[in-house]
Amino acid sequence: MTAISPKAIGAAASSADLRAFLHGLPGVDEVGAAGRAAMLGTRSIKAASKAWAIDLAISMVDLTTLEGMDTPGKVRAMCAKAMRPDPSDPTAPAVAAVCVYGDLVADARAVVGDSVHVAAVATAFPSGRASLEVKLLDTAQAVDAGADEIDMVIDRGAFLAGDYARVFEEITAVKAACGPAHLKVILETGELRTLDNVRRASWLAMLAGADFIKTSTGKVTPAATPPVTLVMLEAVRDFAASHGRRVGVKAAGGIRTSKDAIKYLVLVNETVGDGWLTPDLFRFGASTLLNDLLLQRQRMTTGHYSGPDYVTID
Amino acid sequence: MSEHEPSHAEASQAVSTQAVSTQASSTQASSTHGPFSTRVDVRKTYKLYIGGAFPRSESGRTYEAFDAQGVFWANVAKASRKDARDAVLAARTAFSGWSGATAYNRGQVLYRIAEVMEGRRRQLEDEIQQGQGCTADQARNLVSEAIDRWVWYAGWSDKLAAVLGSSNPVAGPYFNFSTPEPTGVVAAVAPRACSLLGLVSVIAPIIVSGNTCIVMASQGRPIPAITLAEAIATSDVSAGVVNILTGDPAEVMPWLASHADVNALDLSGVEDAALATLLEQQAAGTVKRVRRPKWVAGRQADAGSDWLAEPGLGAMRAFLETKTVWHPQGV
Repeated sequence: MTAISPKAIGAAASSADLRAFLHGLPGVDEVGAAGRAAMLGTRSIKAASKAWAIDLAISMVDLTTLEGMDTPGKVRAMCAKAMRPDPSDPTAPAVAAVCVYGDLVADARAVVGDSVHVAAVATAFPSGRASLEVKLLDTAQAVDAGADEIDMVIDRGAFLAGDYARVFEEITAVKAACGPAHLKVILETGELRTLDNVRRASWLAMLAGADFIKTSTGKVTPAATPPVTLVMLEAVRDFAASHGRRVGVKAAGGIRTSKDAIKYLVLVNETVGDGWLTPDLFRFGASTLLNDLLLQRQRMTTGHYSGPDYVTID
Repeated sequence: MSEHEPSHAEASQAVSTQAVSTQASSTQASSTHGPFSTRVDVRKTYKLYIGGAFPRSESGRTYEAFDAQGVFWANVAKASRKDARDAVLAARTAFSGWSGATAYNRGQVLYRIAEVMEGRRRQLEDEIQQGQGCTADQARNLVSEAIDRWVWYAGWSDKLAAVLGSSNPVAGPYFNFSTPEPTGVVAAVAPRACSLLGLVSVIAPIIVSGNTCIVMASQGRPIPAITLAEAIATSDVSAGVVNILTGDPAEVMPWLASHADVNALDLSGVEDAALATLLEQQAAGTVKRVRRPKWVAGRQADAGSDWLAEPGLGAMRAFLETKTVWHPQGV
């Protein structure tokens, strides 16, 4: 899809190389992206397909709590819910991971054991405004505490200023600090302003070694939107075609209903194909979404509408 | 499809409505614009009232409503189970604010509904006369009674706790007192025959104590219910406190009776004993309160008069929970 071979971008890429490549990417038709995302959102998913989609969506959730007021007790309660989301129905699948601040990783790991992944936000989340040393230490501590997934934020200031090499080097350095842990790179698309920037940031993160690219921190509005996710999925598809490596996508923030979640699954299926319909390659970062998925699931298993009294309070 | 975008079905329906309505409205049109006037009537689309808005049915369905002479009157939205679900969500969302408002404030809001209805009484009288086939005097009387009923219930808002609560004598060093609290979200069926007074008599006792409600309007006489919804929408009643659905209670009510987020049922308007029993059974699944007045089965179907009597406390008491507090006496 591009004239410049992205394979030429190595670890020592200069800002000029990166700029030449990223600005050589085709522009995004914003109206077209919004229209396609809206069109795919009208697909009707019912009955058995809906039941399957809901279980799949539950198994893709990164159950998240990222508040200043988080306590070890709250994290333990959330972890118990992550392992068995619906206590009244053992057939409900476990979620993919829990997502917490780095200092609470040990508490989470103590509860979940090996049953679900533990993701930690690192690198001065959510603003990303700290020195590289601080970010690497933040990452290393979370990995030491037991995190097997790291959600890092990119330096949006550097990206918007055009200092692509700095962003690239930060991601490669954090990737190295992660060791065996998977690295998710948060683009914070709400601050990138344009879909062109979203496409460039996606490519930048993937070239630097990201295992996942993630839309948002959840602290900025707008967070995940269907057009933004569509553009990221297209980038992932093109990257897989040119580099042969499958990168995952995590839509985080603002997805609260089962209906929305299913729309995202349609988007994934129609953009990158059903190979990505697995928790290894697509995730939802959410806190309230899980309850709505459970309510819908109860509706389908019991035959009557359920209510918020029948799921846990977060 | 967006809410404001008419489907082909609706468009063709609007055309047929236009054709049928010509005869009914020709008198009025000719008197105001002369015999050769080309003014086209602005026909109203009757919709549901959910969460303070007037949406069409999610299903896109409508049904025909007829006046007392059996002549086509209007196409009315036919609610589906998903409309009912949306209404429950709206009612649940509204509950904390409405039940948390002071009793005095709720009384003021109910009184405000009476004020707004007073301003639209001509429209309500016309609709009752046309729909129920009664005389102008009877219609006027029914509207007056409906308005007065809001005022009557409005007065009860800050007196309920005094009348239904108590300070209990206990053998121990405690203050012990019981206070009534609203049950939560109540689903109700309005009476079939008495389309306005009956509807008001069902809604007012539910919401005066802080409950929120979803009401199925009279299936055969839904027009005054929509007008009441418009009065309520402009009466400082928070969105979602009252939700009015038009359609078939036999289709929608089972979904509400089994809905785990509905706390109580009012079956005042359910005349079919088999349906009422089914709804009671479904309500038992989540231990809902059910109000099923005994006199429903025996009363004359078309007599609105049995709603004219002073209501009493029964309908209000049915949707209250009593909370008793043991408070240690200070030394």
